[in-house]
Parts: sequence; C-alpha cells; structure tokens
Amino acid sequence: MNKFSWYEAKSVEDAIEQANSTVSEEIYTPTGKASIYKSGGIDVWDMVKEGLIAPQMIVNVRNIKGLDKMSFDPDSGLSIGANVTLTEIEQSPEVSEHYTALQQAVAHAATPQLRNMSTLAGNLAQRTRCWYFRSADHPCMRKGGDRCYARSQQTGQNENHAILDNGSCVSLHASSVATALLAYEASIVYLDAKGESHEVPIEDFFVSPSQDIWRENILSPGDLITEIKVPTPSSGTRSHYVKQVARESYDWSLADVAVVAKMNGNKCEKITIALGAAAPTPVRAYRAEEALINQVINKESAKLAGETAMASARPLTMNGYKVPLFLTTISQALLEIA
Amino acid sequence: MKKNSKKSHAEGHSKGLSRRGFLRGAGLTTAGTVVFTTGVQAFEAHTQPAKGTSFGPGSIGIEMKVNGRMQSLTVEPRTTLATALRDHLSLTGTKVVCDRGSCSACTVFIDGKPVNACITMALDVGDREVITIEGIARNGELHPVQEAFIEHDASQCGYCTPGMVMSCVHLLENEENPSLEDVKAATRGNLCRCGTYPHVFKATLSAAEKMK
Ligand SMILES: Cc1cc2nc3c(=O)[nH]c(=O)nc-3n(C[C@H](O)[C@H](O)[C@H](O)COP(=O)(O)OP(=O)(O)OC[C@H]3O[C@@H](n4cnc5c(N)ncnc54)[C@H](O)[C@@H]3O)c2cc1C
Ligand code: FES
Ligand code: FES
Repeated sequence: MNKFSWYEAKSVEDAIEQANSTVSEEIYTPTGKASIYKSGGIDVWDMVKEGLIAPQMIVNVRNIKGLDKMSFDPDSGLSIGANVTLTEIEQSPEVSEHYTALQQAVAHAATPQLRNMSTLAGNLAQRTRCWYFRSADHPCMRKGGDRCYARSQQTGQNENHAILDNGSCVSLHASSVATALLAYEASIVYLDAKGESHEVPIEDFFVSPSQDIWRENILSPGDLITEIKVPTPSSGTRSHYVKQVARESYDWSLADVAVVAKMNGNKCEKITIALGAAAPTPVRAYRAEEALINQVINKESAKLAGETAMASARPLTMNGYKVPLFLTTISQALLEIA
Repeated sequence: MKKNSKKSHAEGHSKGLSRRGFLRGAGLTTAGTVVFTTGVQAFEAHTQPAKGTSFGPGSIGIEMKVNGRMQSLTVEPRTTLATALRDHLSLTGTKVVCDRGSCSACTVFIDGKPVNACITMALDVGDREVITIEGIARNGELHPVQEAFIEHDASQCGYCTPGMVMSCVHLLENEENPSLEDVKAATRGNLCRCGTYPHVFKATLSAAEKMK
C-alpha cells in the first residue's frame, strides 16, 4: 500500500473542499495526487491494496454527523443517509414492512461482517468486480488501456460477465443492492463541488461503458452523495428479490432480479423489473414490464416476460448459461408476487 | 477550487514535536482518543475547530481499547487493524488469509459487531472497543464455543478457526436458541478450505445448549 494522509472530515462542506478526484478518475488517469472519499472503505482499500490507485489523501466521510440517519414517512417515503450501513437497512423494521425486495437484496449482499462496514453510498459507488479490471497486470479499457480482456474469443474468462449491453466493456456493476433500488425507482441526492444539491433517478446515476468507458456513475470530483430516497410503494404493491450465486455461503451475483408490482385484484396494474449482473449497469426490463400490464401473473405470463427480457441477450463465449438462469429467475421472482 | 488538499497537509507538517489531537470514533458521539505522541514524521492538525483534521502520512501515536485494556501504539494511516493487532500488539490470534474482506478469517468485534480487521484501518477504530479472539476466554476459562470446537473437532488447519469462533460467539451472544440455519447465516462469510463446516455447526448448536 502506498502512503497517504488521512483527512477526518467534520462536515459535508469540509469534505467537498478536500476532495479533488474520484476513484474512477485516478484509475483512468493516475496522478498520484488524488484525494478521494472513503466511507466504509472496503472498495477503496481493496483498490489501494491491489495497486490500482495510489491516493495522496483519503477524505474520511464516515463520521460526518447526519449522514447516518434513516427515516420513513408514508408521504415522503424512505430516506437513507449515505453512511447508513447495509446491516442497518437489513434490520430496519420499516424496510422489512414496506420494502420487501430491498430487505431481501441487502440481506443477500456480501457477508455479515462486510454488511456491518459497508455504507449504502459506498456500495452504489463501488467499482466493477471484473477480474481483469481488478488486476493491475491487465490494462483494460476502463483503466485507459486499449481492449476488454474479458470479451476475447480466445482467452476471455467471461463466465460472470454481461449478456446485455455488452458491445463495449463487458463488466458487470458490482452492487446487487442497486438492483432492488432500481426496481423501487429510488433516487440519489448528492452535493456537487460547489455545494449545490442534485437529485437524480438511480437509473440516470449509473453510466454504461458505451456512454463513458472510464466511469460507472455520474459522480465528478467533489460530488458527495448525502442521501438515497425511495418512494413509498402505493397500496397493493408487492415486491420480491432473487439472487443466484455459485456457493451456498455468500457470493457475488450471477443473476439477480427485483420486481415491484402494484396489483389490482390478480391483475398487474404497474410493474418494474430490474436485472442485476446482466449488463454493465443495473437495467430495467421495460419490454417485459409492458408485456405484463393488465395481465394476470401466472406461469405462462411470467415465462413470456422472461423471454421478452432475454430477447436481446448476446452471451459471450462462456456465459451462455446466464440466459436460462435469468429466464428462471425472472419467472421465480414474478410468481412470488402473483 | 478543490486542489488545495496537498497544500493543506504540507502546511501541517511539524518537526518531531509532541502533538495532541482527537479523532472521533466512527459513528460515535463521544470524543475519540487518538493521541499524537512522538515520531520523526509527526504531523500537525488543522487548528480551525470547524474544519476536519489531517493525519499522516507518517506515524501517529494512537490509543486503542483492545480486550478491555487501553493500548498505546504508533501506526500510519495505511496501517490496518489486523496489522496493528498482530504486529504492534502481538495479538496474533487474529489471522490474515485473503487480506481483502472475502474470507472473514480476520473477524474481530468493534463495539460488539463482527468486522474484518484486514480491511479496517486502525484509524477507523476511534474510541470504540476492539475484542479479538484473545478476549473471548474469561478468567482463564475458554468460552463455551471454544470448548465445543475442541470437543467436536471443528478445526483442521486452523486458519479460519479464530474468525469462525468470533462469528459463532457473536451469534450466541444475540440468540439463545439458534437454529441450524441461524448458524449457517452467521458463518456465511467465513470460508474454510478444510471443510469443517458440519463440525462448526454441531459445535455451535451444542455450545448454545450448554449456555442455557
Ligand atoms: C468479498 C466481498 C463481497 C461483496 N459482495 C457484495 C454483494 O453481493 N452485493 C453488493 O451489493 N456488494 C457486495 N460487496 C460490496 C461491499 O458490500 C461494499 O458495499 C462496497 O465494497 C463498498 O462500500 P463501502 O461503504 O466500504 O465504500 P468505500 O470503499 O468507502 O467507497 C466506495 C466508493 O464510493 C465512494 N464514496 C463513498 N462514500 C461516498 C459518498 N458519500 N459520496 C460519493 N462517493 C462516495 C468512494 O470514493 C469509493 O469510490 C462485496 C464486497 C466484498 C469485499
Ligand atoms: S483476511 Fe480479512 S477477510 Fe480474509
Ligand atoms: S480449518 Fe483449515 S481453513 Fe478452516
């Protein structure tokens, strides 16, 4: 690990004044002079240990007062402070009562130890777990190199990689919590470098490599997430989250699906379906959602929704299994709320 | 506008004088107790009270409560809690295996919550209390979970064992009547290459019985 200084920020203004870069900027064009935010630190330390970044200063935002609050109000919805931990979300009675799929997603993310340390803002801003990206020996496109090692027909180890939106870098977004937040149409509140507040739908927070190869979200140097807002589901809403992994213990997602539906009797009035580990960003399955409007959710319609969602899938050499895996997982999640 | 980070910390360098300053413990309301003592590379803290404080990159004297005792040690901002415990305090019971948060061998408690010491920095502890595997036995008597691990042969090479025990102790401290599924959930992050899981599960369930 390189040597760095540690700035213990006392307020959001204080933190913003100190940060001059982001993890993504420093990976793409290393300067060695970066001062970057750290909350739980899990992803930041991982990258420092791997030698992917060598920040000059860490701006610790973990102890800023007020960023660790979570509250629920039936009118304004759920507000989760940037520094609320995954364990706190998992154990919140309000989340369990009103946001089943979010509770399930958080409870299945990482390990109990890591959930005690991970903050929601850090989870959403973490970088991809693609093994080539994480290896200092592979200068891939996301690190300023000229190729995506994973997509190589001959040598690409791409069994975990993207089957949708995979025309550029084929990595996956690492956050499985984001899948549920996308299905709830959450929004991210952040302060920019001038201290002005912005609220963006989570869908616009994530950036696909086909738009911008060097980043995975819209955050620029100094931008500080303060809060994640999740609207109150209207009455009659049911939700469910399913995550497929390779081991019985914890694991990164191979395919995860969150569905949030407002039912009218047994018919589906409004529905959102979000897919994780399918594309470089968490994605909505819009066509599948449309196919279910005013339909009864049953085996046939759920199967059709899965097929619709997977119609544009383009598997790589080693991840063809993901298409049937998503077909079943989408059906499974839908039948849970039927 | 924000390119001043370098300047601010360069200005803060001092020349080996003893300094005192405070860090707040993560998520805590009381003042932390990072005490700057000596060191050729000792540094200065910002003076304006509304501002935060800059530490390092050199050595910093800190105080940390470990297993009930206040300890003084000299670390850098990049010193992990695992290194601080093992190399500075000779508490080598905490094992480092993956060094990336993926195996839980290095599990310790910070204010009663299991965390990974390999991916927590010593500076992150603040004034919270650390409990390591060495702090689990009481008055020379093994914890029932430790005894049950011996009885049920729940350890082979032993690398995962301290972390495994910590996870199971935490479960039993919070759940009197754990089910098999509870034990599995509590140890979900603890990877054991030797495959001791069935024995770990049995040992923990039997320890729960004994603790009633
Ligand atoms: C073995 C392992 C398994 C995991 N499994 C899963 C999983 O299954 N699902 C899942 O979703 N996650 C998983 N994770 C991710 C983990 O849970 C953490 O959420 C994640 O690593 C980062 O969270 P953090 O709070 O430690 O962030 P940090 O490491 O502190 O920060 C991460 C990024 O966010 C930036 N940042 C932090 N706070 C802010 C802020 N307020 N505003 C702007 N930027 C900010 C930092 O600069 C950095 O770029 C896993 C991690 C590991 C190591
Ligand atoms: S050594 Fe810390 S989690 Fe593996
Ligand atoms: S006993 Fe060898 S790793 Fe668990």
